[in-house]
Amino acid sequence: MRLPPAGNYGVTIGFGSCGIAAGADAVLRKFREEIARLKLPARVDATGCIGMCHREVLVELVSPDGRSFLYGEVTPDRATRIIDEHLVKGHPVREWLVADENKRLESLPYFAKQKKIVLRNCGFVNPEEIADYIQRGGYTALRAILRNGDPDAVIETVASSGLRGRGGGGFPTGKKWRLTRDAKGAPKYFICNADEGDPGAFMDRSVLEGDPHSVLEGMIIAAFAIGASEGYFYVRAEYPLAVKRLRKALSQAGKKGFLGKNILGSGFSFTVSLMEGAGAFVCGEETALIKSLQGERGMPRLRPPFPAVSGLWGKPTCINNVETLASVPWIIQSGASDYAAIGTQTSKGTKVFALAGKIARGGLVEVPMGITIREIIEDIGGGSGTRLPIKAIQIGGPSGGCLPRSLFDTPIDYESLQRSGAIMGSGGMIVLDESSCMVDIARYFLAFTQNESCGKCTFCRIGTKRMLEILERITQGKGHMEDLDLIEELAGKVKIASLCGLGQTAPNPVLTTLRFFRDEYEAHIRDHRCPAKKCKALIRYAIDSSRCVGCGACVRACPAGAISGEKKQAHRINPDVCTRCGLCVETCKFDAIATE
Amino acid sequence: MATIYIDNKPYVVKDRQNLLQVCLSLGFDLPYFCWHPAMHSVGACRQCAVKLFRDEKDTRGKIIMACMTLAKDGIRISIDDPEAKKFRAGITEFLMTCHPHDCPVCDEGGECHLQDMTVMTGHTYRGYRFRKRTHRNQYLGPFLHHEMNRCIACYRCVRFYCDYAGGRDLNAFQCGNRVYFGRHEDGVLENIFSGNLAEVCPTGVFTDKTFRRHYTRKWDLQTAPSVCVHCALGCNTIPGERYGTLRRIHNRYNGEVNGYFLCDRGRYGYEFVNGNRRIRGPLLRGPGGGEARPCTRGEALSRMEEALHTPGRLIGIGSPRASLESNFALRTLVGKDRFFSGVSERERKLSAAALEILQRGPARTPSLHEIRRADAVFIIGEDVTNTAPIMALTLLQLVPCKKVALARSLQIEPWDDMSFREAIQQECAPLYIASAAPTGLDDEATRVYHATPDDVARLAFAVAHVLESGVPGMEGLPENVSGLAGEIACALKEAERPLVISGIGGGSLSMIEGAAAISRALRSVCGKGELSFLFPECNSMGLALMGGRSLAEAREVLREGDADTLVILENDLFIRDAKPAVEELLKSAQHIIVVDHTHNRTSERAELVLPASTFAEGSGTLVNSEGRAQRFYRVFVPDGDIRESWRWIQDMISISGRGEAAGWKVLDDIAGAMAREMPEFEAVTRIAPPADFRISGEKIPRQPHRASGRTAMHAHTDVHEPMPSDDLDSPLAFTMEGYGGQAPPALIPRFWSPGWNSVQAVNKFQQEIAGPLKGGDPGQRLIEPAEGVKSASPDKIPEAEGLRPGEWLLVPLYHTFGTEEMSVLSSSVAERVPAPYLALCPEDALSLGIGEGEAAELIASGEAQQRIRVRYLKGLPRGVAGLPVSLPGVGMIDLPQKVSLVIPAKTADTGKV
Repeated sequence: MRLPPAGNYGVTIGFGSCGIAAGADAVLRKFREEIARLKLPARVDATGCIGMCHREVLVELVSPDGRSFLYGEVTPDRATRIIDEHLVKGHPVREWLVADENKRLESLPYFAKQKKIVLRNCGFVNPEEIADYIQRGGYTALRAILRNGDPDAVIETVASSGLRGRGGGGFPTGKKWRLTRDAKGAPKYFICNADEGDPGAFMDRSVLEGDPHSVLEGMIIAAFAIGASEGYFYVRAEYPLAVKRLRKALSQAGKKGFLGKNILGSGFSFTVSLMEGAGAFVCGEETALIKSLQGERGMPRLRPPFPAVSGLWGKPTCINNVETLASVPWIIQSGASDYAAIGTQTSKGTKVFALAGKIARGGLVEVPMGITIREIIEDIGGGSGTRLPIKAIQIGGPSGGCLPRSLFDTPIDYESLQRSGAIMGSGGMIVLDESSCMVDIARYFLAFTQNESCGKCTFCRIGTKRMLEILERITQGKGHMEDLDLIEELAGKVKIASLCGLGQTAPNPVLTTLRFFRDEYEAHIRDHRCPAKKCKALIRYAIDSSRCVGCGACVRACPAGAISGEKKQAHRINPDVCTRCGLCVETCKFDAIATE
Repeated sequence: MATIYIDNKPYVVKDRQNLLQVCLSLGFDLPYFCWHPAMHSVGACRQCAVKLFRDEKDTRGKIIMACMTLAKDGIRISIDDPEAKKFRAGITEFLMTCHPHDCPVCDEGGECHLQDMTVMTGHTYRGYRFRKRTHRNQYLGPFLHHEMNRCIACYRCVRFYCDYAGGRDLNAFQCGNRVYFGRHEDGVLENIFSGNLAEVCPTGVFTDKTFRRHYTRKWDLQTAPSVCVHCALGCNTIPGERYGTLRRIHNRYNGEVNGYFLCDRGRYGYEFVNGNRRIRGPLLRGPGGGEARPCTRGEALSRMEEALHTPGRLIGIGSPRASLESNFALRTLVGKDRFFSGVSERERKLSAAALEILQRGPARTPSLHEIRRADAVFIIGEDVTNTAPIMALTLLQLVPCKKVALARSLQIEPWDDMSFREAIQQECAPLYIASAAPTGLDDEATRVYHATPDDVARLAFAVAHVLESGVPGMEGLPENVSGLAGEIACALKEAERPLVISGIGGGSLSMIEGAAAISRALRSVCGKGELSFLFPECNSMGLALMGGRSLAEAREVLREGDADTLVILENDLFIRDAKPAVEELLKSAQHIIVVDHTHNRTSERAELVLPASTFAEGSGTLVNSEGRAQRFYRVFVPDGDIRESWRWIQDMISISGRGEAAGWKVLDDIAGAMAREMPEFEAVTRIAPPADFRISGEKIPRQPHRASGRTAMHAHTDVHEPMPSDDLDSPLAFTMEGYGGQAPPALIPRFWSPGWNSVQAVNKFQQEIAGPLKGGDPGQRLIEPAEGVKSASPDKIPEAEGLRPGEWLLVPLYHTFGTEEMSVLSSSVAERVPAPYLALCPEDALSLGIGEGEAAELIASGEAQQRIRVRYLKGLPRGVAGLPVSLPGVGMIDLPQKVSLVIPAKTADTGKV
């Protein structure tokens, strides 16, 4: 972060969507008010997500002597005490500290195994200040390549770094640039795909919110490499903060001469516009994205022609994902070999994951390729966040799959994950514990893709619908054993008969759960039992009379009026009236209600 | 050519086609939905899956979509592969999941592509349990009925409506399994080609709404090959009849003419045949006028005899909507010099000039199929969309050759529709339009130029001069106009197949001459270029070829007392000439005999009205704008005395005691006589097999072999099954018995093939998919440019004539629905006809101080004053006003002409600034 003026404290508040959701706004106000009221020598600033979403609101205090203190889970009340003790009296509030000079951030288990390239600035710069970014070495890569003036060299560097598309496809980035550069036609376009839509994924959002300039710089470098004169950001409209910060970044970069005509006197010109997507998941597919950008209905088409040959407005177009672009300035600055030194034979560099679900330390993590799933889950994430053990992870979003504990030693690289039945995907990683029903998870993801299918190919449109209906029946205990064969056969057809990635990968959650958790499916069908006690149609609540004290709390909580009993006597649940909402379980202070 | 292997058998096929097209051309039954021969492949339905093998050793293969795969040399595929077959059945199973089982009450039943394909794939029982999704239907106007639950989401409708026909108010909404095809809200589908959706939709989502009112299964329709009578393009049609009413019009594929589509005027204009204004029997009217009374044929003939008793006192007025044979019969009755052509003086002159230009050459008049291949077009003074809609649809598909080459360099074939459109970015071939009023194609044009007809003509001549000498050949041409002339000349010169289109519709001889000058210049300088003139009515070209004097001369003959009896053939003179002139003509005749099928203001003045057949009840020949003579056949036998006009006139000739018509037993006889008399019609004798043509000794049945109810249809009057009527004029029979195979192209009464009950059966009748019909596309061209004639006549460039203050140049406007006389009698079309109006550009209207919807008085020379509401029309040049031609409620005015306008309420004169 920028150093505050001499003698001043610097207060930086985590102001990503996660921080804001945790109440960063109120904390910021509190700090501002108190500092103004007490006329303290301190400057309050905002930054993006540092990755520790589980500890938000994070507040970093930098004392005038340059020492840094990071507070976690700050509330307005805690802020008052921090101001009182730390800012006024100079005594850090030890019990809320996440890190300080004795317990350095990098040494925390959460960060120890991470390698920050894409997220190098997130949490350290104010995303709305280009000066912060420049201070941390921003735009030097751009300056260097423009000075050099050799697009082919840039492509060569990126190609030899081994960088592959981080949107999920894993297509070698250098090769994509080469294809677009070599394609005939002008003008050429560059599109940054920021239409992140997977449930549980928030990598691109965090990068755009926390460090928009690194993406922008990557994009300008890429545009220079392929010879593009116009660029577009295609961002989800559901990411208002990212959109706002990106717009600001564009205007600041323009003013500084990093965008527009004759960039930094190099003769290279490039302009960028921002377009907000209207919420269709399929528009993350590149040909559909182009259609949407052109103002048409977002529907994928068959490739070839690839966008590199005939893309936006029929011109050569290169589309890269946010994370891919954010890696580019680092690669240019540090050199291709440094990047290629990280990772495995085929997958180089780092990958950002959005770690969520039943995990102790959830958030945004960036790990070197080749790290195992177990290391991410256990070392970085700290294992299960509930009392129950972890059962599986869901990786790769709706196109990915569920991997059981037995496969947690799988290394993170494109090929290994593909072999396991899942995919790298864009980086969602959802941790599931024993309370998660795998059939229900498969149903959830399939419901998502089914809903988001553009409706073009028959199998994707109707096949996924039929698969979903079968899964729904299974979760209701109405499945047949033959359904499992039918759903597998259907899944195979949907895979081969769909035109775009959405349909081709839509059956993955079903196929992987069937492969690794077939017993759960069979339990639903044969025994009409949900092992995870999740599927409402298959569970029953009953009151353990030995524990029930007859307080009547559950009677008041039950919206269906299914619980009856005399005061101070054990109560009973009428299963015919019960709607399995689970409110009674949550209400009971004596753990007297059991799920069967 | 490429050799491909299908199920291990080699086939030699054309290069660069997709596998589906190739397989269908070879006669294989490969099911499909989203693919359409005119709209090509998008790979949405996945129905045409086949197995692709790497080489002969590959036994596993992989499933691919035939429509999206190039039929490369050496490619090996299997259609019969069990996995591919199972896959295809699986697709149908899916498509059928939400499709309602309402075939017994669905209009499409019996001609449903989905039914055919379901049977073809072998899908029977489905293996899923689920709830069907349902949709709300929409009101889409008078032409189409909407039943969304039947939709299988093939996307053909939006692809036709938006991508192909340029429509904007139909689209796909929602996503996933809820995808919906319709308008953003209930309302009339605006595009004038919307009716094709009924044929394009593979099932019953869009069905013919007019057909619903008198619905009959396809297999119960009696059909015959016919030709559309609602404009001059001569699109081939299949009208269907049952119980004596015409039920619907379907497209009849003709590779040279209309291809796969019809316009809504042609499809829905048919209802006049069933209309209550039909003349169904002979009528007599007393000398004092008044109400006519029905009479017997005998009475009619004796009145005819009285009227015709004095030889040489007779004149005849022909018609551009009557067949060649009927016009020729009239010409024979009255003699060449007393045959009047029955169109306005202006139209007669322009038609003759256009015909002469085409006959003289050097530019050739192209067929619609040839127009499809043009790559630069200049339209002069014609609103093609509204006068010849299907030509406009053809022009919408033009793609510059260099764009095709560009796409191919990207490995994109034109049949890969979505990618191809992406690659060419919907860029059409250069299209320039110069006209007095805005036209329906303006939005698609590269540049438009709206000016007075004279100025338009001057632009045309300027283009011709640039082509010939490199400079615009006229002084004082404004810079923007000479610049435009240069641009147009350049585009035409650069094109491989430039095309100039003009026509009678603009009402200006100099525009026609300008178009001719350009085509001559193109021919002499570049050795290329075609010239198309649009004629107004279905047989205008035939009538022009037959000649005939003008109506003004007819008036003259009557006034001078050289004749006293008038025979009017299928013509309402009140739409041909100004009312006072027609009144004078009719008043000066002692006897008026009208032969027509529909009552109009002229028939109301006749002392003898004879019931003529429409296109559906008689056979005959029409010549379209291209100069192609085409035969239409009687679809059904009308009740009573309705006959082809030429048969009534034949009676007149006999009654007059003359022998010329004695030999006219059948249509072929009169056509033969016509060819002998006028050699330009020689080819007419070859347009179709003669009446005595038989296959295996059998006639071709008009009824399908599945026609039902013939023993019961008439049982309420007579339990004996009536003898089927005989058709002497053609090799077609009014029965279901006869030759069951494919008929010669001119005689195809319907497209049907085993397993193919829908319109898609046309695949089986073509030499190759979307190519000519087996045996050649029907019709014979009557006009070919004379060889070796090189006209070098100096082009007379018209002077630009200014307007005096208070003077307005009134130009003709056209409406697809409204301009054509017969189609407006159809109730569905009538719903789309605009109210009468006078068009002014907003600037002029403002300076006149007249608001939209306010009335103005229109004063034209020799015409009664008309009061008419003003409508603003952007793009109309200053000083020019527009009046819709022939619109019901608008009086006939010879256009263009100078008129004055009076704003009644404000009394202020035409204060034009």
